[in-house]
Amino acid sequence: MQELSMHILDIVQNSLAAGATQVEIRIRENLAEDILMIEVQDNGRGIPQEVLYRVMDPFFTSRTTREIGLGLSLLKEATERSGGCLKVCSEEGRGTRVMARFQLDHFDRAPLGDMGETVGVIISGNPALDLFYEHQVDGQIYVLDTRGMRNILGPINLDDPLVLDFVRQDIQMGLKKIGAATFPKVMEVLR
Amino acid sequence: MNVEELKRIREKSQKEMDLRSGEKAIKLVVGMATCGIAAGARPVMAAIKDELARQNAKNVSVTQSGCAGFCEQEPLVDVFRPGETKITYGKVNPDKARKIVVEHILEGRVVNEFVFAQDK
Repeated sequence: MQELSMHILDIVQNSLAAGATQVEIRIRENLAEDILMIEVQDNGRGIPQEVLYRVMDPFFTSRTTREIGLGLSLLKEATERSGGCLKVCSEEGRGTRVMARFQLDHFDRAPLGDMGETVGVIISGNPALDLFYEHQVDGQIYVLDTRGMRNILGPINLDDPLVLDFVRQDIQMGLKKIGAATFPKVMEVLR
Repeated sequence: MNVEELKRIREKSQKEMDLRSGEKAIKLVVGMATCGIAAGARPVMAAIKDELARQNAKNVSVTQSGCAGFCEQEPLVDVFRPGETKITYGKVNPDKARKIVVEHILEGRVVNEFVFAQDK
Protein backbone atom coordinates (compact mmCIF):
# COMPACT_ATOMS: atom_id res chain seq x y z
CA MET A 1 0.00 0.00 0.00
CA GLN A 2 1.58 3.25 -1.12
CA GLU A 3 -0.87 5.64 0.53
CA LEU A 4 -2.55 5.87 3.94
CA SER A 5 -5.84 6.57 2.16
CA MET A 6 -5.64 3.05 0.67
CA HIS A 7 -5.17 1.57 4.15
CA ILE A 8 -8.25 3.53 5.24
CA LEU A 9 -10.24 2.13 2.30
CA ASP A 10 -9.07 -1.36 3.27
CA ILE A 11 -10.12 -0.96 6.93
CA VAL A 12 -13.53 0.36 5.87
CA GLN A 13 -13.95 -2.70 3.61
CA ASN A 14 -13.41 -4.83 6.75
CA SER A 15 -16.11 -2.78 8.50
CA LEU A 16 -18.52 -3.35 5.62
CA ALA A 17 -17.72 -7.08 5.59
CA ALA A 18 -18.60 -7.09 9.30
CA GLY A 19 -22.05 -5.69 8.48
CA ALA A 20 -21.41 -2.09 9.58
CA THR A 21 -24.07 0.49 8.71
CA GLN A 22 -22.14 3.37 10.29
CA VAL A 23 -18.45 4.15 9.81
CA GLU A 24 -16.52 7.09 11.24
CA ILE A 25 -13.11 8.09 9.88
CA ARG A 26 -11.24 10.62 12.06
CA ILE A 27 -7.83 11.97 11.14
CA ARG A 28 -5.98 14.30 13.51
CA GLU A 29 -2.75 16.12 12.83
CA ASN A 30 -1.06 17.56 15.90
CA LEU A 31 1.75 19.73 14.56
CA ALA A 32 3.20 20.65 17.98
CA GLU A 33 3.54 17.03 19.05
CA ASP A 34 4.34 15.78 15.52
CA ILE A 35 1.57 13.16 15.62
CA LEU A 36 -0.80 11.89 12.94
CA MET A 37 -3.70 9.80 14.26
CA ILE A 38 -6.08 7.86 12.05
CA GLU A 39 -9.14 6.25 13.61
CA VAL A 40 -11.80 4.15 11.93
CA GLN A 41 -14.76 3.17 14.05
CA ASP A 42 -17.72 1.06 12.97
CA ASN A 43 -20.90 -0.49 14.36
CA GLY A 44 -20.27 -3.90 12.77
CA ARG A 45 -20.55 -7.24 14.50
CA GLY A 46 -17.15 -6.86 16.18
CA ILE A 47 -14.29 -9.31 16.60
CA PRO A 48 -14.44 -12.19 19.11
CA GLN A 49 -11.82 -11.88 21.89
CA GLU A 50 -10.16 -15.17 20.89
CA VAL A 51 -9.61 -13.75 17.37
CA LEU A 52 -8.73 -10.15 18.33
CA TYR A 53 -5.18 -10.92 19.48
CA ARG A 54 -4.41 -12.50 16.07
CA VAL A 55 -5.81 -9.84 13.71
CA MET A 56 -2.37 -8.32 13.05
CA ASP A 57 -0.83 -11.71 12.29
CA PRO A 58 -0.33 -11.89 8.48
CA PHE A 59 -0.85 -15.65 8.59
CA PHE A 60 -4.30 -15.31 10.08
CA THR A 61 -7.53 -14.41 8.28
CA SER A 62 -11.22 -15.03 8.72
CA ARG A 63 -11.57 -15.33 4.93
CA THR A 64 -11.91 -18.70 3.30
CA THR A 65 -10.55 -17.72 -0.12
CA ARG A 66 -6.90 -17.52 1.00
CA GLU A 67 -4.80 -18.29 4.06
CA ILE A 68 -3.16 -14.95 4.68
CA GLY A 69 -4.63 -11.67 5.93
CA LEU A 70 -2.41 -8.73 5.12
CA GLY A 71 -4.66 -5.71 5.69
CA LEU A 72 -4.00 -4.88 9.34
CA SER A 73 -0.47 -6.34 9.33
CA LEU A 74 0.49 -3.98 6.47
CA LEU A 75 -0.99 -1.03 8.38
CA LYS A 76 0.88 -2.08 11.54
CA GLU A 77 4.11 -2.14 9.54
CA ALA A 78 3.33 1.32 8.09
CA THR A 79 2.82 2.78 11.58
CA GLU A 80 5.91 1.17 13.12
CA ARG A 81 8.30 2.22 10.36
CA SER A 82 7.30 5.82 11.04
CA GLY A 83 7.66 5.71 14.82
CA GLY A 84 4.03 4.91 15.59
CA CYS A 85 1.81 2.00 16.57
CA LEU A 86 -1.50 0.32 15.77
CA LYS A 87 -4.23 -0.59 18.23
CA VAL A 88 -7.48 -2.45 17.56
CA CYS A 89 -10.34 -2.45 20.08
CA SER A 90 -13.49 -4.44 19.48
CA GLU A 91 -16.59 -5.60 21.26
CA GLU A 92 -18.81 -8.30 19.84
CA GLY A 93 -22.16 -6.93 18.77
CA ARG A 94 -21.05 -3.30 19.19
CA GLY A 95 -18.29 -2.68 16.66
CA THR A 96 -14.59 -2.19 16.11
CA ARG A 97 -12.20 0.74 16.46
CA VAL A 98 -8.86 0.82 14.65
CA MET A 99 -6.37 3.46 15.84
CA ALA A 100 -3.19 4.06 13.82
CA ARG A 101 -0.59 6.49 15.14
CA PHE A 102 2.29 7.90 13.05
CA GLN A 103 5.03 10.45 13.54
CA LEU A 104 3.67 13.18 11.25
CA ASP A 105 7.01 14.33 9.83
CA HIS A 106 8.81 11.02 9.85
CA PHE A 107 10.77 10.40 6.64
CA ASP A 108 9.13 6.99 6.23
CA ARG A 109 5.58 8.11 6.94
CA ALA A 110 3.52 7.17 3.88
CA PRO A 111 1.71 10.06 2.12
CA LEU A 112 -1.95 10.52 2.98
CA GLY A 113 -2.91 10.08 -0.67
CA ASP A 114 -6.24 10.80 -2.30
CA MET A 115 -8.86 10.84 0.48
CA GLY A 116 -11.38 12.27 -1.99
CA GLU A 117 -11.14 9.17 -4.16
CA THR A 118 -11.16 6.83 -1.15
CA VAL A 119 -14.34 8.37 0.30
CA GLY A 120 -15.88 8.58 -3.19
CA VAL A 121 -15.26 4.89 -3.82
CA ILE A 122 -16.67 3.93 -0.40
CA ILE A 123 -19.84 5.94 -1.06
CA SER A 124 -20.25 4.79 -4.67
CA GLY A 125 -20.16 1.13 -3.63
CA ASN A 126 -22.22 1.65 -0.46
CA PRO A 127 -24.62 4.58 -0.92
CA ALA A 128 -26.75 3.53 2.07
CA LEU A 129 -23.80 3.62 4.50
CA ASP A 130 -23.75 6.37 7.14
CA LEU A 131 -20.21 7.69 6.69
CA PHE A 132 -18.69 10.42 8.82
CA TYR A 133 -15.28 11.79 7.84
CA GLU A 134 -13.50 14.37 9.97
CA HIS A 135 -9.99 15.73 9.40
CA GLN A 136 -8.44 18.05 12.00
CA VAL A 137 -5.23 20.04 11.72
CA ASP A 138 -4.43 21.81 14.99
CA GLY A 139 -8.07 22.65 15.69
CA GLN A 140 -9.08 23.48 12.10
CA ILE A 141 -11.69 20.97 11.00
CA TYR A 142 -13.05 19.61 7.73
CA VAL A 143 -16.17 17.41 8.02
CA LEU A 144 -18.18 15.38 5.51
CA ASP A 145 -21.24 13.55 6.82
CA THR A 146 -23.41 11.48 4.50
CA ARG A 147 -26.39 11.79 6.86
CA GLY A 148 -26.29 15.58 6.46
CA MET A 149 -25.83 15.17 2.72
CA ARG A 150 -28.94 12.98 2.47
CA ASN A 151 -31.00 15.63 4.31
CA ILE A 152 -29.98 18.21 1.72
CA LEU A 153 -30.17 15.92 -1.34
CA GLY A 154 -33.59 14.43 -0.56
CA PRO A 155 -34.46 11.85 -3.25
CA ILE A 156 -31.04 12.07 -4.96
CA ASN A 157 -28.89 9.01 -4.23
CA LEU A 158 -25.37 9.45 -2.91
CA ASP A 159 -23.95 7.40 -5.80
CA ASP A 160 -25.25 9.94 -8.31
CA PRO A 161 -22.28 10.94 -10.54
CA LEU A 162 -22.70 14.62 -9.69
CA VAL A 163 -22.70 13.85 -5.97
CA LEU A 164 -19.57 11.67 -6.26
CA ASP A 165 -17.80 14.48 -8.13
CA PHE A 166 -18.86 16.86 -5.36
CA VAL A 167 -17.47 14.51 -2.68
CA ARG A 168 -14.06 14.22 -4.35
CA GLN A 169 -13.72 17.93 -5.01
CA ASP A 170 -15.10 19.05 -1.64
CA ILE A 171 -12.61 16.83 0.22
CA GLN A 172 -9.67 17.97 -1.91
CA MET A 173 -10.55 21.64 -1.38
CA GLY A 174 -11.44 21.14 2.28
CA LEU A 175 -8.14 19.43 3.11
CA LYS A 176 -6.20 22.10 1.24
CA LYS A 177 -8.03 24.82 3.17
CA ILE A 178 -7.14 23.39 6.59
CA GLY A 179 -3.55 22.70 5.48
CA ALA A 180 -3.66 18.90 5.74
CA ALA A 181 -0.20 17.36 5.46
CA THR A 182 -0.30 15.17 2.36
CA PHE A 183 3.40 14.33 2.62
CA PRO A 184 5.83 14.59 5.57
CA LYS A 185 7.48 18.05 5.50
CA VAL A 186 10.88 16.47 4.92
CA MET A 187 9.51 14.83 1.76
CA GLU A 188 7.90 18.09 0.58
CA VAL A 189 11.38 19.63 0.53
CA LEU A 190 12.68 16.81 -1.66
CA ARG A 191 9.73 16.86 -4.09
CA MET B 1 -18.72 20.62 3.38
CA ASN B 2 -20.08 23.12 0.85
CA VAL B 3 -23.82 23.02 1.55
CA GLU B 4 -24.77 25.57 -1.14
CA GLU B 5 -23.00 23.53 -3.83
CA LEU B 6 -24.83 20.41 -2.62
CA LYS B 7 -28.17 22.23 -2.95
CA ARG B 8 -27.29 23.18 -6.53
CA ILE B 9 -26.49 19.52 -7.26
CA ARG B 10 -29.90 18.51 -5.90
CA GLU B 11 -31.64 20.88 -8.31
CA LYS B 12 -29.56 19.69 -11.26
CA SER B 13 -29.78 15.96 -10.45
CA GLN B 14 -33.51 16.02 -9.84
CA LYS B 15 -34.08 17.07 -13.47
CA GLU B 16 -32.07 14.09 -14.70
CA MET B 17 -33.34 11.58 -12.14
CA ASP B 18 -36.25 10.32 -14.22
CA LEU B 19 -33.85 9.53 -17.06
CA ARG B 20 -31.51 7.56 -14.80
CA SER B 21 -34.21 5.62 -12.90
CA GLY B 22 -35.32 2.20 -14.05
CA GLU B 23 -34.02 -1.30 -13.76
CA LYS B 24 -30.25 -1.72 -13.42
CA ALA B 25 -29.94 -4.63 -15.84
CA ILE B 26 -26.15 -4.82 -16.12
CA LYS B 27 -23.98 -5.33 -13.04
CA LEU B 28 -20.26 -4.72 -12.56
CA VAL B 29 -18.46 -5.97 -9.45
CA VAL B 30 -15.00 -4.70 -8.50
CA GLY B 31 -12.85 -6.77 -6.10
CA MET B 32 -12.05 -4.47 -3.20
CA ALA B 33 -10.23 -6.63 -0.65
CA THR B 34 -6.67 -5.82 0.52
CA CYS B 35 -5.18 -7.55 -2.55
CA GLY B 36 -7.46 -5.63 -4.92
CA ILE B 37 -6.84 -2.26 -3.26
CA ALA B 38 -3.06 -2.81 -3.21
CA ALA B 39 -3.16 -3.73 -6.92
CA GLY B 40 -5.11 -0.59 -7.88
CA ALA B 41 -8.83 -1.36 -7.52
CA ARG B 42 -9.62 2.15 -6.22
CA PRO B 43 -8.67 4.05 -9.41
CA VAL B 44 -10.31 1.25 -11.46
CA MET B 45 -13.60 1.75 -9.57
CA ALA B 46 -13.32 5.53 -10.00
CA ALA B 47 -12.61 5.15 -13.75
CA ILE B 48 -15.63 2.84 -14.21
CA LYS B 49 -17.98 5.26 -12.46
CA ASP B 50 -16.52 8.19 -14.37
CA GLU B 51 -16.79 6.49 -17.77
CA LEU B 52 -20.37 5.33 -17.08
CA ALA B 53 -21.30 8.91 -16.19
CA ARG B 54 -19.44 10.29 -19.22
CA GLN B 55 -21.28 7.84 -21.52
CA ASN B 56 -24.57 8.56 -19.74
CA ALA B 57 -25.14 4.81 -19.15
CA LYS B 58 -28.46 4.43 -17.35
CA ASN B 59 -28.99 0.75 -16.60
CA VAL B 60 -25.70 -0.25 -14.94
CA SER B 61 -24.99 -0.86 -11.25
CA VAL B 62 -21.46 -1.00 -9.81
CA THR B 63 -20.78 -2.82 -6.55
CA GLN B 64 -17.77 -4.12 -4.61
CA SER B 65 -16.80 -7.60 -3.47
CA GLY B 66 -14.19 -9.21 -1.23
CA CYS B 67 -11.29 -11.48 -2.16
CA ALA B 68 -12.09 -14.13 -4.78
CA GLY B 69 -8.85 -15.99 -4.10
CA PHE B 70 -7.06 -14.95 -7.30
CA CYS B 71 -4.98 -12.20 -5.74
CA GLU B 72 -2.31 -12.30 -8.44
CA GLN B 73 -4.97 -11.36 -11.03
CA GLU B 74 -6.25 -8.28 -9.15
CA PRO B 75 -7.77 -5.85 -9.81
CA LEU B 76 -10.63 -8.12 -10.91
CA VAL B 77 -13.85 -6.87 -12.48
CA ASP B 78 -16.88 -9.14 -13.01
CA VAL B 79 -19.47 -8.24 -15.65
CA PHE B 80 -22.97 -9.67 -15.46
CA ARG B 81 -25.18 -9.04 -18.49
CA PRO B 82 -28.72 -10.47 -18.56
CA GLY B 83 -28.86 -13.77 -20.44
CA GLU B 84 -25.07 -14.00 -20.84
CA THR B 85 -22.33 -15.82 -18.93
CA LYS B 86 -20.35 -13.97 -16.27
CA ILE B 87 -17.10 -12.52 -17.58
CA THR B 88 -14.20 -11.83 -15.19
CA TYR B 89 -11.53 -9.40 -16.31
CA GLY B 90 -8.11 -9.61 -14.64
CA LYS B 91 -5.25 -7.15 -14.03
CA VAL B 92 -7.56 -4.28 -14.90
CA ASN B 93 -6.23 -0.71 -14.84
CA PRO B 94 -8.18 2.54 -15.38
CA ASP B 95 -7.57 2.53 -19.17
CA LYS B 96 -8.69 -1.10 -19.49
CA ALA B 97 -11.71 -0.33 -17.28
CA ARG B 98 -12.81 2.48 -19.60
CA LYS B 99 -12.44 0.16 -22.61
CA ILE B 100 -14.51 -2.54 -20.86
CA VAL B 101 -17.25 0.01 -20.16
CA VAL B 102 -17.39 1.21 -23.75
CA GLU B 103 -16.99 -2.12 -25.60
CA HIS B 104 -18.59 -4.69 -23.26
CA ILE B 105 -21.13 -2.68 -21.26
CA LEU B 106 -22.33 -0.30 -23.94
CA GLU B 107 -21.65 -2.20 -27.19
CA GLY B 108 -22.04 -5.78 -25.88
CA ARG B 109 -18.67 -7.05 -27.17
CA VAL B 110 -16.47 -8.96 -24.70
CA VAL B 111 -12.92 -7.54 -24.55
CA ASN B 112 -11.23 -10.92 -24.97
CA GLU B 113 -7.67 -9.69 -24.48
CA PHE B 114 -8.42 -8.76 -20.82
CA VAL B 115 -10.57 -11.80 -19.90
CA PHE B 116 -9.27 -13.86 -16.96
CA ALA B 117 -12.21 -16.26 -16.58
CA GLN B 118 -15.58 -16.99 -18.11
CA ASP B 119 -18.39 -19.01 -16.53
CA LYS B 120 -19.24 -22.07 -18.59
